[in-house]
Amino acid sequence: MAEFAYLIAVMAFVFGMRWLRHPDTAKKGNVLSALGMVIAVLTAIFQPLEGNQGNITWILVGLGLGTLIGLPLAKRVQMTSMPQLVAIFNGLGGASAMVLGFIEFQALLENGIQAPGRAGIILAALIIGAVSFSGSIIAFAKLEGLLKKDIAFPGYNIFNFGLLAAIVGLSIYSAAFGGGSTSYLVIITLLSLIYGISFVGPIGGADMPVVIALLNSLTGISAATSGLVYNNKAMLIGGVLVGASGAILTVLMCQAMNRSLWNVFFGKFVGTGGGEAVDGIMKEAGLSDVAIQLQYADSVMFVPGYGMAVAQAQKICKDVDDALTKNGVEVKYGIHPVAGRMPGHMNVLLAEADVPYDKLLDLDAANDFLKGSNVTVIIGANDVVNPAALTDKASPLFGMPILDVLQSDSVIVMKRGRGTGYSGVQNGLFFHDKTKLLFGDAKDSLKKLLDELGNS
Amino acid sequence: MEGVIDFITQHLTAAYILIFAIILGYELISRVPTVLHTPLMSGTNAISGIITVGGILLLRTVDPSNTKVLILGTLAVALGMINIIGGYAVTDRMLKMFKKKPKKNG
Repeated sequence: MAEFAYLIAVMAFVFGMRWLRHPDTAKKGNVLSALGMVIAVLTAIFQPLEGNQGNITWILVGLGLGTLIGLPLAKRVQMTSMPQLVAIFNGLGGASAMVLGFIEFQALLENGIQAPGRAGIILAALIIGAVSFSGSIIAFAKLEGLLKKDIAFPGYNIFNFGLLAAIVGLSIYSAAFGGGSTSYLVIITLLSLIYGISFVGPIGGADMPVVIALLNSLTGISAATSGLVYNNKAMLIGGVLVGASGAILTVLMCQAMNRSLWNVFFGKFVGTGGGEAVDGIMKEAGLSDVAIQLQYADSVMFVPGYGMAVAQAQKICKDVDDALTKNGVEVKYGIHPVAGRMPGHMNVLLAEADVPYDKLLDLDAANDFLKGSNVTVIIGANDVVNPAALTDKASPLFGMPILDVLQSDSVIVMKRGRGTGYSGVQNGLFFHDKTKLLFGDAKDSLKKLLDELGNS
Repeated sequence: MEGVIDFITQHLTAAYILIFAIILGYELISRVPTVLHTPLMSGTNAISGIITVGGILLLRTVDPSNTKVLILGTLAVALGMINIIGGYAVTDRMLKMFKKKPKKNG
């Protein structure tokens, strides 16, 4: 009976994830998946269990505490802080696995380790959970702006490898060679926490979509590993589903940046400004010219980037969109897969501003739209529209799929200053004949533009 | 080392499940439109809260006089529950915003 209930729960996860693949069914999918979770939790409370001691009060206190803390967080936090929040929730799942692993291994130590396999798996769940926990906290701190500088020091790669080797070595010694003790258990836990920090620490802000997807995957794997400990198939399958899907998302994000996983995690992307030097001058645009140009256009594409998120410009952007649409201009948004700080970041922000999702075009659809479009407005995006990725073999960005905005008749760039993007690579787009720039905070620029549109 | 191999042979079913679940996870996620990357990620993130089941199973077998472990176990359940509730609630909030047409034109 319990096994059957877990099967239903797993089916709910699978079909829930399936429905999450389409915007029309996604909401239903999420509810179904949550229902599966309710079934799994209830089954865990009521299933027949060998050596059952009850302790139902403790269980209810735990569930109640979690609800009381989690629900207000989820309801109150601003949409722009979404990447941070996902990172925190993810980290706490990892922390839970870490605590469980600690208790289970301590219990093994008290009775003597009879099965090294089981001991090893408990330690694996603990280590992965701990890395995911402290890594997520660092990711949170970076996204929240609490940690402005990357934690990097000379030879940090060697330090990390050494740390990992120490963790694995100590674990094998503890689990398989009878060397286990509480102090080793504490050391393994601490080293794993440090590893999470030193692993995520050096990774830069623009690589956060990759990191968050990977940490997500890690928490899934730690849950799956714990599933082996409790011989629970719902935990095993649920965890593996998360682990596998997180891994795929990680790889997708890497592909979108044309960088290998190795490069993201072990090689720092140093902005040497490589590639061709760019000649020419940046031409500043006049607001009224831009307004007129947009009003008389047939089709306009907005390309948002992290700059839009920083300036919180999504609502005013939607207002400009409305003003243009009212005048019969076709407005679409070109969304690059790694624009922003988490996978799909721009989509969430624009959805919050009530932009219907069928106006948001993926990379390929956006590039189709750009051919023959009249004006492209770039709002705080840089590297994802750098033409050097297509043409300049010497550029560090070469080979990265980009939004080819030069296919459009003219390009307006909203930009805070004259500097380069995150990668530090010079962007020839800004000097191109077709391009004009509006300097300043994206929100201010859009607001002025909106006024101008109202006047004319 | 023998212990490890023994463990794997004893858990062959788990190995099968593992392989099929990995393939399933891959199939479910590939070709998801960018629009849904964030909700998908936070939705699957909520599923990793299944670790709570482990916490509950552990708590049920703890000797009621062992307060230290009871507290730690409760902590594990609470942490996992934050992951569950927070994950699903935030995903729901995000998905509510995705609409085909704006509520009012204009």
